[in-house]
Amino acid sequence: MKFNVVVVGAGPGGSMAAKTAAEAGLDVVMLEKRQEIGDPIRCAEGVGKRDLCDIVKPDPQWIAAEVKGFRVYAPNGTSLVMSEDKGGAEVGYVLERKIFDRALAMNAASAGAKVMVKTRALGLLHKDGVPCGVSAMRMGEPIQIEAPLIIGADGVESKVGRWAGIDTTLKPKDIHCCAQFLVQDSSIDDEYCEFFFGNELAPGGYVWAFPKGEKLANVGIGVQGSKSGSGEPIRLLKKFMKSRFPNGKVVEMVAGGDPSSGVIESATADGVMLVGDAAHQTDPLTGGGILNAMKAGIIAGEVTVKAVSAGNFRKAGLKEYENRWRADLGKHIARSYEYKEFFVKLRDNDFNQLFSSLKNEDISNVDLRGVLRVLFKLNPKLLWELRHLVV
Amino acid sequence: MLTVNRYKCCYCGACVGVCPTISLELVDTWLEISEECKECGICTKICPVGALESRHEV
Repeated sequence: MKFNVVVVGAGPGGSMAAKTAAEAGLDVVMLEKRQEIGDPIRCAEGVGKRDLCDIVKPDPQWIAAEVKGFRVYAPNGTSLVMSEDKGGAEVGYVLERKIFDRALAMNAASAGAKVMVKTRALGLLHKDGVPCGVSAMRMGEPIQIEAPLIIGADGVESKVGRWAGIDTTLKPKDIHCCAQFLVQDSSIDDEYCEFFFGNELAPGGYVWAFPKGEKLANVGIGVQGSKSGSGEPIRLLKKFMKSRFPNGKVVEMVAGGDPSSGVIESATADGVMLVGDAAHQTDPLTGGGILNAMKAGIIAGEVTVKAVSAGNFRKAGLKEYENRWRADLGKHIARSYEYKEFFVKLRDNDFNQLFSSLKNEDISNVDLRGVLRVLFKLNPKLLWELRHLVV
Repeated sequence: MLTVNRYKCCYCGACVGVCPTISLELVDTWLEISEECKECGICTKICPVGALESRHEV
């Protein structure tokens, strides 16, 4: 089988890349190793409303809930509320990823891409030392897919990059270990995404409760890998459930690893571009990765079109992808990484101090960066390390 | 030897992402461990649900 490009992984990043390339008339194939696209999820499912709408027109079926804003809790229980339009990229809509991911894959298919499920890439094919496709296993049968360009959108467990010589192995301090319950409980706030901080609650991370409508919510935890231990996230999540939603009914459970490494050194190699979690394009502070993956997927698709017409699939020919994703999402990821590196060091008392310093401030109309500016003004000593990010 | 408790594993792939020797592979719900595994133990500490265990034979 011969194609212009093979996309490995049918998540939001892969599907956007496949759709973009197929719309331009290229022969595209997208492989998904699972037998069902989008299931099981590994995600809290929150996305910014405006940012999502900038990329794609949302179908109401994709959206489980629309929130008014978010509420953040300090370790001592003090809370802070911000409205949705000020919250940044991770709140606004809570998606139904099982439907969303499948819809994006179907969009790619409608644009002309071939989709192959239960098809797992096993390695790269090479010709004269340059990648020229992938070998794969489809329903137990080995197949070869020839394509001069391979887009690795194969998630946190990405192999495509490592096969191409890009070291994407995550260090324990640069992965957040997550567990999540889908919880039904009468005390769930259907209108706000909630975040809970505290070193006992979630070392180096946080607990979240993202409503999915009708007293249902994704209640999950992310723990920094270097501060975690075998089974620690699920243990801490159960503990949180006991104190916050003692009568909550768990109707689904999932786990996951969330890259929080910051900007990767290289997301391209000869014949290869990496997209989404595979390229660690997740926001290291919030853990949000859906929109970044989609944006990167679109850029990768566009660069694919140019590379095919120029006939240059070498790393140098894919430079535009590298430049564009770095200039766009890379900048935010780099900034978030610095925040993350700082916040994982905070003690509970520091968190409490930051929250209480805002007690008499009116921040209802200030955006996230504005809040940080106010925080810095009020707590210069504590936040001194972040001064270059705040001004 | 690295063992996976398949009754616990939620097949999330976090272990695959941290494996320095590319010895793990997630095939749908099935985690495969290859012979290249050096039992460094990183994956066992990372597993969110505690499904991985490194058992050293005496």
